[in-house]
Amino acid sequence: MADFFFLRDDAPVQEPAVSIESVDEQSNATAVRIEPGDDARALLPFLGRIALVEVNFPAYTDGRGYSAARVLREAGYAGELRAIGDVLVDQVAYMRRCGFDSFKPNQALDDADVAAAFARYDDVYQKTVDARQPIWAKRHEVA
Amino acid sequence: MYQYDNYDQAMVDARVEEFRDQVKRRLEGKLTEEQFRPLRLMNGLYLQLHAYMLRVAVPYGTLSGKQMRMLGHIARKYDKGYGHFTTRQNIQYNWIKLSDAPDILADLASVEMHAIQTSGNCIRNISSDQYAGVAADEAADPRPWAELLRQWSSFHPEFSYLPRKFKIAVIASEEDRAAMRLHDIGIELVKRDGVVGAKVFAGGGMGRTPMVAPEIRDFVTEDELIAYVEACLRVYNRYGRRDNKYKARIKILVHELGVDEYRRQVEEEFAHMNTLGLNPPREELARIATYFADPAYESGLSDEIDRTDPDFALWLDRNVVAHKQAGYAIANISLKPIGGIPGDASAEQIELMADLAERYSLDELRVTHAQNIVLPYVKKADLYALWQELNEAGLGEANLDLVTDIIACPGLDYCSLANARSIPVAQKIASRFADNGKDADIGELKLKISGCINACGHHHAGHIGILGVDRKGTENYQLLLGGSGAEDCSLGTITGPGFDENGIVDAVEKVTDLYLDQRQDGERFLDTYRRLGMAPFKEALYG
Repeated sequence: MADFFFLRDDAPVQEPAVSIESVDEQSNATAVRIEPGDDARALLPFLGRIALVEVNFPAYTDGRGYSAARVLREAGYAGELRAIGDVLVDQVAYMRRCGFDSFKPNQALDDADVAAAFARYDDVYQKTVDARQPIWAKRHEVA
Repeated sequence: MYQYDNYDQAMVDARVEEFRDQVKRRLEGKLTEEQFRPLRLMNGLYLQLHAYMLRVAVPYGTLSGKQMRMLGHIARKYDKGYGHFTTRQNIQYNWIKLSDAPDILADLASVEMHAIQTSGNCIRNISSDQYAGVAADEAADPRPWAELLRQWSSFHPEFSYLPRKFKIAVIASEEDRAAMRLHDIGIELVKRDGVVGAKVFAGGGMGRTPMVAPEIRDFVTEDELIAYVEACLRVYNRYGRRDNKYKARIKILVHELGVDEYRRQVEEEFAHMNTLGLNPPREELARIATYFADPAYESGLSDEIDRTDPDFALWLDRNVVAHKQAGYAIANISLKPIGGIPGDASAEQIELMADLAERYSLDELRVTHAQNIVLPYVKKADLYALWQELNEAGLGEANLDLVTDIIACPGLDYCSLANARSIPVAQKIASRFADNGKDADIGELKLKISGCINACGHHHAGHIGILGVDRKGTENYQLLLGGSGAEDCSLGTITGPGFDENGIVDAVEKVTDLYLDQRQDGERFLDTYRRLGMAPFKEALYG
């Protein structure tokens, strides 16, 4: 069982995260936390100095965080993107496809279950922000 | 019809194993019921009043004989010998054991079927016109587009925890046989300068706040479709209401923002998303379309049909519609026998329909949103033999689109959400109009019954709609008039105070009697209602 999963090659960012409202004012902040109702695009002007974005899932049924993550990756954000809160084993694979590369669930998850979830599907139907080539691209050998 | 390649097969096989694992963890107590609920729902498994209900996807309503036979096998082996065809062109089983569900999914996967995303707050099974590919009035074949969307929406990582469920329909005719504008996204394929593209509508739906979807884009090309639909979904996922599940459908967002503002936000998102390489190449739609190419029609077939048998002639006039190919016809099998349960079929009937499809319809069937079955490729010369076999099996009811061809939800007999029973009301109305013989005289009359405000029985879209409510502990039925799910889409209006179970049957007869008395040449019930307005109908009911 573990309560932190890290899929990056560098080290986890340890800085405390500030809210999205205060990121402008706290000009030395390098970590920020997004709540479901926040507009992830409000962070775009500050991405240059941000090394960690935490996206909070107060309830796993609230899927706004998936869009927030993908929006940030589409804008070129390359730092750590951490899903926190009600993060469960059956959602981590979808989260990863939307750009999350670390996970800090409220309740510890079984390592083997998490590994199985990531390995479950050999292929995917959609292009997103992970590097996976969708099935349609494999069928037609396009990038 | 479409056939899986190794990729498609691997996806459903992996899903079976994933769900088997989820059920195991649930039974071991590693998952709470609360954690398990959305997972089982995304596999179409509901906990109902008496047992689990499993809803199996029939993508855009199309089935092969082999697939249909498997549906019969599942009814016999895992259910009490019945299946129930739904208004989403799917089939559901009402008596399923949780521990059997993984094996059922494995059986389905063996015939290229699944239950993926047949419920839950995700993109549901894509629906379409049951006459796709065989109707004469199509701009293009909607099925390849529907299949492209099926694949794109399957396991979509960003849109699996939406504010609420999300239904998409694709049609390609001006005549709308799929209630397209009552979907979260409705797509009508149209031709512009010889190029096929999608006219897109968003924000339709039924439920407690019914709305007809407004048009948001007049033309999207195949090269941009996926990015455009993703943009529609992203705006909804980010800004759709999550504070109140009754206000969480996209129709509320579109309504509250206003269609112009929703459209503006979608266009802004689309301008961005269209640069991300989300759209499959044209070769992919072309690859899919090859599976939907016209079959090798026989030429030189006769269009003559022997109408000597009057019962057959009746069925022919009522249930058989024109095919685009000379010598062929589209045959509708009514699942609305008088006094029966709308949409139900026994395992034996399902298997017989599979056989008949193989022998008479180039191995293909369609499920309609009106809960009937279509054999889309019947030679006119075979119609009489087909009808005889249907009739012997209790499948020969000649009532397509008549007042007895009722759409009804499962209602309080099965559903844990219902306030009132739907099935007995449907049975009583059908029996009344079959007994008094007025059904044929009335002609087309779409009657739809829901057992609660969630409107699974499409009561808002019925020429006559019936809504079951709970009034101080007793079942009460409200009457609505003037709805339509077709190209003349409109929402029904409540007549006034509701009725009890027998009273609602009388009420339906009163309004149809007024119609018979007042109709002008060629008018359907709906046309007469629209011409006269509510007042005389109210007078007939309450005066």
